[in-house]
Amino acid sequence: MNVLEFTATIFAGSVAAGFLGALTGLGGGVVIVPLLVIMFGVDIRYAAGASLVSVIATSSGSAAAYVRKGYTNVRVGMFLESATTMGALLGAFLTTRLHPSLVSTIFGIVLLHSAYLSFTTRHSAEEAGEADPLARRLRLDGHYPTPEGEQSYQVRKVPAGYGLMFVAGTLSGLLGIGSGAFKVLAMDRAMRIPFKVATTTSNFMIGVTAAASAGVYLNRGYLDPGLAMPVMLGVLIGSLLGVRQLFRRNTRVLRLVFSVVILFLAVEMIYNGITGRL
Amino acid sequence: MRTGKENWSEYRSESIMAGLLRSGVLLAGVVVLAGGILFLYRYGLTFPDYRVFRGEPSDLRSLTGIAGEVAGFHSRGIIQLGLLILIATPVSRVAFSIMMFLEQRDRLYVMITTFVLGLLLYSMFGVSG
Repeated sequence: MNVLEFTATIFAGSVAAGFLGALTGLGGGVVIVPLLVIMFGVDIRYAAGASLVSVIATSSGSAAAYVRKGYTNVRVGMFLESATTMGALLGAFLTTRLHPSLVSTIFGIVLLHSAYLSFTTRHSAEEAGEADPLARRLRLDGHYPTPEGEQSYQVRKVPAGYGLMFVAGTLSGLLGIGSGAFKVLAMDRAMRIPFKVATTTSNFMIGVTAAASAGVYLNRGYLDPGLAMPVMLGVLIGSLLGVRQLFRRNTRVLRLVFSVVILFLAVEMIYNGITGRL
Repeated sequence: MRTGKENWSEYRSESIMAGLLRSGVLLAGVVVLAGGILFLYRYGLTFPDYRVFRGEPSDLRSLTGIAGEVAGFHSRGIIQLGLLILIATPVSRVAFSIMMFLEQRDRLYVMITTFVLGLLLYSMFGVSG
């Protein structure tokens, strides 16, 4: 395969990855990395680098739309970004130290876990627990638009959420993904932030988190322009198409098919990691 | 309850932020695409190898190196410039947030945001080798 054919194939795969990533809310990164590693035999470090820049593109692009609509809680985002950027720096540093086989195994486990998260039904916000005084001091409580008008909410369990965000940042920097599933988990289930606010604020944060490790990736030579070019453009286009589909039709069947694909990719990543075929 | 003035200021800040993010991504996409077309034109018929990790040459790893590549009209350098613009997009959003919190006289959030910006700049310039 020459560069022209390679680029065209990668581009097509990236469009598909971005499309499915947006449809399921998992993000393009978790799909494109295993695709590059398993299907195209790309070294996981190059794959993570290319994925990370596509993550910045998609999250910044869609964050723009949600910030304007007033869903995003900018204070919550900014506060938690201090945790995710610290984590991202640690993760990027770990990537340069850990063996690619180990990184691949961790990737597979994270993939399984986020797929599981996105396909389980959410808990209702009952037994929400006490409002956190820390949230008041940090002025995290907010409000967001609903069909019945502006709805206000209180933020809970700030330290737990902050800790989970640090982990999310570390995984993002280590694996070259946005780790949106983890960020939503922290805000939705720990901090009890309304789901719509949690997903949009997560999106808002992903770009900054990824930028924190992208600097390290660039300095270490993980960002290959020839590979990043089709991946970034493809995932961006694919996710724009995916978001549009999201509001149009019932995505149940697609999500089911996708979960099978995810399962396959995750098992393959773990298998490759353990047998050291990378 | 917030006053109308605060509401308006917040709305304006959020609009600027959204514009900043959107134009950053758009500009990065255009530069990457332009560099990509040039790259395919020049190297389209060569054979890629990403199986073995060698790391990028030093000219594609640093700001000064990339600037030199772009000045020489090298396709890989131009793509890398697009990626730099992309990385700079959320960074500039954070820098803008500092100004926003300054305007709101929110000292705590000025500090938090400055800390985040510091980490981002450290990642870009402070880590080497």
